[in-house]
Amino acid sequence: MQETRYELPKTLEAAVALLAGANGQARVLAGGTDLLIQMRGGRVEPALIVDIKGIPEMTAIAMDNGAYRFGAAVPCMVLVENKEFGKVWPGLVDGANLIGSIQVRGRATVGGNLCNASPAADTVPAMMAAGAKASIIGPKGRREVPIEEVATGPGKTSLAKGEIVASFLLPKRAPRSGDAYLRFIPRTEMDIAVVGAGVNLTLDDKGVCTHARVAIGAVAERALMVPDAAAALVGTNVDAEALKRMAAAVSAACRPIDDKRGTKEYRIKVSGVMARRAAEIALERARRKS
Amino acid sequence: MAKVHVEATLNGNAVEFLCETRQTLLQVLRDELHLTGTKEGCATGDCGACSVTVDGRLMCSCLVLGAEVQGKTVQTIEGMADGEKLHPLQQKFLEHAALQCGICTPGVLVAAKSLLERNLNPTEEEVRYWLAGNLCRCTGYNKIIEAVLDAASEMRRS
Amino acid sequence: MASVITTPEKELKVVGTSPVRPDGVPKVTGTAQYGADFTLPGMLWGKILRSPHAHARIRSIDTSKAEKLKGVKAVMTSKDLPDQKFEYVGPERVAVNFWHMTRNIMAREKVLYEGHALAAVAATTPAIAEEALKLIEVDYEVLPHVIDVDEAMKPDAPLLHEDMITRGIEPAPTKPSNISKKIEYKMGDIDAGFASADKIVEMSFRTAPVHQGYIEPHACLARTDADGQAEVWVSTQGHFVVRTMVCKLLSMRTGDLRVHAAEIGGAFGGKTVVYVEPVAVVLARKSGHPVKIMMSREEVFRGTGPTSGASMKIKIGVTREGKIVAADALYKYQAGAFPGSPVMNGCMCGFAPYDIPNQRTLGYDVVCNRPKSVAYRAPGSPISAFAVESTLDACAKKIGMDPIQLRIKNAAKPGTPLVYGEKINHAGFAETLQALYKHPAWLKPLGKNQGRGMACGYWFNGGGESSATVHVNEDGTAVVATGSPDIGGSRASMAQMAAETLGIAYEAVRPIIADTNSVGYTQATGGSRVTYATGRAVIDACKKVINEMCARAAKIWKIDVTDVIWEDGAARPAGARAGEFPPMTFKEIASKRTATGGPIVAASALNAGGQGPGFAAQFADVEVDTETGQVKILRYVAAQDAGRAIHPKYVEGQIQGGVVQGIGWALNEEYIYNKEGKLDNPGFLDYRIPVASDLPMIDTIIVEVPNPNHPFGVKGVAEANIVPPMAAIANAINNAIGRRLTELPMSPPKVLAAIDAGAK
Repeated sequence: MQETRYELPKTLEAAVALLAGANGQARVLAGGTDLLIQMRGGRVEPALIVDIKGIPEMTAIAMDNGAYRFGAAVPCMVLVENKEFGKVWPGLVDGANLIGSIQVRGRATVGGNLCNASPAADTVPAMMAAGAKASIIGPKGRREVPIEEVATGPGKTSLAKGEIVASFLLPKRAPRSGDAYLRFIPRTEMDIAVVGAGVNLTLDDKGVCTHARVAIGAVAERALMVPDAAAALVGTNVDAEALKRMAAAVSAACRPIDDKRGTKEYRIKVSGVMARRAAEIALERARRKS
Repeated sequence: MAKVHVEATLNGNAVEFLCETRQTLLQVLRDELHLTGTKEGCATGDCGACSVTVDGRLMCSCLVLGAEVQGKTVQTIEGMADGEKLHPLQQKFLEHAALQCGICTPGVLVAAKSLLERNLNPTEEEVRYWLAGNLCRCTGYNKIIEAVLDAASEMRRS
Repeated sequence: MASVITTPEKELKVVGTSPVRPDGVPKVTGTAQYGADFTLPGMLWGKILRSPHAHARIRSIDTSKAEKLKGVKAVMTSKDLPDQKFEYVGPERVAVNFWHMTRNIMAREKVLYEGHALAAVAATTPAIAEEALKLIEVDYEVLPHVIDVDEAMKPDAPLLHEDMITRGIEPAPTKPSNISKKIEYKMGDIDAGFASADKIVEMSFRTAPVHQGYIEPHACLARTDADGQAEVWVSTQGHFVVRTMVCKLLSMRTGDLRVHAAEIGGAFGGKTVVYVEPVAVVLARKSGHPVKIMMSREEVFRGTGPTSGASMKIKIGVTREGKIVAADALYKYQAGAFPGSPVMNGCMCGFAPYDIPNQRTLGYDVVCNRPKSVAYRAPGSPISAFAVESTLDACAKKIGMDPIQLRIKNAAKPGTPLVYGEKINHAGFAETLQALYKHPAWLKPLGKNQGRGMACGYWFNGGGESSATVHVNEDGTAVVATGSPDIGGSRASMAQMAAETLGIAYEAVRPIIADTNSVGYTQATGGSRVTYATGRAVIDACKKVINEMCARAAKIWKIDVTDVIWEDGAARPAGARAGEFPPMTFKEIASKRTATGGPIVAASALNAGGQGPGFAAQFADVEVDTETGQVKILRYVAAQDAGRAIHPKYVEGQIQGGVVQGIGWALNEEYIYNKEGKLDNPGFLDYRIPVASDLPMIDTIIVEVPNPNHPFGVKGVAEANIVPPMAAIANAINNAIGRRLTELPMSPPKVLAAIDAGAK
C-alpha cells in the first residue's frame, strides 16, 4: 500500500526542493478539491503531498502600481469577497464564483483550477481573456508565462518536475474595460461547464472597441484563445452584427468531443451563444467604467 | 508510516488526534473523534452533507485532510446549539418541517449558519444559490428555504 | 403555502395540526443515528468487490492473497451462502425469487452488470479492506452485453439467463430470451372503440433509468454470537423484511436474528431490499467480530437498483366532445440483471385515473446488463404516466379542449372498472382536478417561450401487515411502539393519531420504532401505507387501552363497565343512572394501575385492506431558452387527495419532495452508459438531481375526500405526486415552443435539437 507523506513548507524554495527531490508521485495540495477526489478514486497515489497554503506569496492579493498580483493558492471565495478586485476584474470573479458550490469555492483555487488542467476549468477562459500571466518557480528559478501556455491537454501542463505556479500577474486595467465569463450547464449550479466563454474588451471614448481577447473552454483539449473572435469586435461598436461574427468565429474554433456532458454539435452551437452573451456583459461593464 | 498528530479547536474545545495522512477531516470527525453528525453522502464534494467550517470558512470536510486542520478552528453541527438552547436555524427547521429524513440537515444547517453570519437579510434567490451545494432529495428544498428566511428574520429582530 | 380543502367534520384537536416531530431535536443537532453511525468495540470494516464488466462468466475467484494481508480477518464469496430454490414466491405484482436474490447479493456463475458484487472482505481499517479487494484475483470470460430494452428484446441479443423462457405466454416459447414476462390486460372491444373515435393520437416514448438518489448510501453494522444469534443495525424501509431476507439467504431461524431500524437517510423504495446486510452477517460470523459495511456513492450508483428505463407506445381515441373511447398501451420495461421490473404496476396504473370502456395494455419485463431494478416511489406508474399523460395532452389539443376539463370529463369514480379486473373504490380524483382548475394561476397568461402543461397521476397505495403496542406509564404518558421505519415524519403522525384517540396531549405520547424482537411483524414502510395501515393498528391499540381504562374506572366506581364511556381523555359515567362520579382522566387512571389490575398495555395487528388510492393532478409553467434548450421551471402547482392530512406540513413536504424528484426525472436525470456497458456517471456530479437554485417554491393543494376505512379518513400521500411531473413538463415545453419531446430526460441538447428540427 502506497504510503503518503504530508509536508507543510513555509517557503517557496522549500516547496520546490521537496517536489524536485521527490521519489515517486508527488502532488501539490492547495484546495484539494481535485486532488482528494483523484486520490479517493485511485487515479493518483502520491508518495508525497506538499501543502503550499503556508507560503505567504501563494495566499496574498496585492495591487502594485495598478496591476494585481494574487497567489495561486488564494481560495476562490476570498477572491469573490474582495470587492476591490471584483470592481477591476468582474469576469475573473465570475469564473471563481462558478466552480462547484460555496463549500468547494471555500477551498478551490485558481492555481489548482489551472494546473489540474481540465479543459472545462471555469477560471481559465477569463484569465486568458484578461491577459494574465503565471509566475512559476522551480529548481531553475522563476519564469513568467501567459496563462494559455500552462495547460497542454487534459490533465497535462507544461510545468517541469519541481515547478509550482506561485502567483498570477494581471495587467494594469485600461479605462473603459470590462470582462465577463459565462458558461453553459444543464442545471443552475454544481455542473462542470459544457461550454465556457471569457471575453475581455476595452472601448475608446466613442464606444468603439480598441482591444479584445476571447477565450473558450470545454470545447477542445484545453481552453483556446480565439483571435478571430477578438478581431470581429475590434474597431466596431460591438453591435449585433459584430457579435454575430464573433460568435461564428468562436463556433468555428471549437474542436469538441462527445462526452457525458455534451455532444460535439451542441457545444459548437452553444459556444457561440455563450460567447455572445459574455461579450454583451463585458460591453455593459466597459460602458459603465470611465 | 507513522500517523500524523494534530491539535486543533473543535466546537470551541481543544482536541487532539492521530490520523493517517490520507484520512480526510470527514473520516477523522466520524471514525476517530466519534462525532457522526457530519455525514458522508458522496465523499467527492458534490452533496454538501459533510459541510463544516474551518477558521470560519464553509467547506466540505471530505475535501480536507485531517492533517490540514493543525492549529485551526473547526465547527461542526454538534457545536451549533448552545447546550440545550437550539440555534434559531435549528428551531425554525423543526417548526417549518424543513427536514424529512434528516440526513442532509446537519450540512444544510452548517451552510445556512455560514450564510447568515455574512448576510442576515438574504433574498430567497440568495439562499437558494448559497445552498446549491447541499443536495436534498426529500423536501424539494421548499421548507428549507422558508425556514432559513424565517430564522434570518428572527435573528434580525433580536 | 398549501390550501387545504376539507369537508366539515367533528373538530379534531391534534390531527390536522403540524406539531414538531418527536425525533426532530436529534436530527437538527447531529445526534440521530443512521446506518453508518453505529460502532461496536472490535469492529471491522467490510468492503465489497464488484465486477468491472457488464457481462462475464466467472471462471474462478482466488482470494488467497487477500486472506494473507495483515489486518484482514475474513473473506467471503458466494460459496459462503447456501443456494436457493428457483421459484417465484408471493403475490405476482411483488413476487420474489431467492435464487435470483442470492446471486444478486454475491454473483455465482456470471456477473450480470458492472458493479455486481462477487466477494467481500472484513479488515481492521477501511484502507486495508480496500487494499485486500485489489488482491482478489478473478478470472472473467467477458461476454457481449446489452442494456437498451429494445435491443435486449431482439432475437439475437446476448442472453443474461441462458435458459430463461418468457412467462405469461401460452404455449410457452421454445427459445430462451431476455423477456422474463409478458402481461396483457383487455377490457371491452378495442377495435370498435377506435372505430368510434373522432380523433386518434398514437405516439412512442422512451425513458432512461433513474436512481432514487437518496443522500445516504446503504450502511449496516452486524454482530453475531457463537450460538448462531445475530444482530443488525441498518437503515432500511423494512427491518422485518431485512430479517426475512437475511434469514432465508443464510438459512437462519427467524427468531435468531434481531434487526434494529436505524434512522434512514432517504430511501424512496430503494431500501426495501438487502445488499450489505447478509454480507456483513457472514463476515461477522467468519471473523468473530462486528462488521460495518457502508457503500460509497459510486457503489450506490453501480450496484443498487435504479428504476427501469422503458420503451412505450400509446394510442388513444377520443370523440369530438372529449370522451375517451379507446386506449391501447405497449410498455417494455428494463428489469435490470434479474426479472422484476415494475411493468405490471405501469400496466395497471397507466389508464387507471380514467373511465375508458375499451382498453388493452401489453407489458414486457426485460432483463438487461445493469443493476436489478428496485422500487422507486410509485414504481412503474411515473413511467407509464409520462406516455399516457403526454398522449392525452395531444388529444386535448386535437379537439381544442382544456386539458384539465378533458380529465374531469373522463375522471374515474367509485365503481369505474379498471383494466386489470378490479374497480375504483374511492372518490377523490374529480375533486382533485377541480381544485387544480380553480387555482388562480391556471388561466394566467404567459410570455414568449413560456408554456403551461398539466398531467395527472395514480398510485394504488398499500395496506398490508402492521402491528402496534401501546404502554401506559404511571404519569399518564404513553409509549406507542410500531415496526414502521420513519422515512418522512410518520412517527409524528402516529403520536398525533394516538393522542387524538386517547384524548391526551401530543407531547404525552412517545412514538418509537421498535426492533424486530420488540413489536409484531410489520411490512416495509412503502406504498404510502404507514399512516394508513400502521395508523389503524395504533388507533386500534389505543381503543383497547381506552377499553381497559374504562374497566379500571368501572372497578374503582364499582359500576358495570357498560356504564362507563370515554370522552375528551377521561372516563365518565354513561348517564345519571350510572352514578355521580367526577370524570377520571387518563393520567389519574394510569396512576392507579397497580391497585386496579396491573400494567395497562395493548397490542394490535392487522393485515389492512381498504386503502384509498393516490390521485394527483399538477401543472407546471416553464420557460425555454431557445438558444440553449435549457428549461426553467417558473411555477409548479400540485394538488393531491390526502383523505385527511394528519400532519399538513408533512403532507405538503411529501408532495413537494415527489414533485422535485419528478422534475429531475423530467429534465436531467439519467444513467449514461458507455459502449462497454459501464456507467459513465456514478456520482452526483454527473447524475444531476435538482439543486436548490433550480427550483421555485412548489405550491401545494391538499384535497381531503376522506377514506371511510380509516378512523381519520387517511389516504396515503407519499407517492402519487411523483407520477405527473414528467408529462406536465413535456406538455408545458410543448406549449412553450410548439415541439413535443417524447424521450426523457428532456435535457438541453434534446430540447435544442427539437427546436431546430421542428419536431411537433
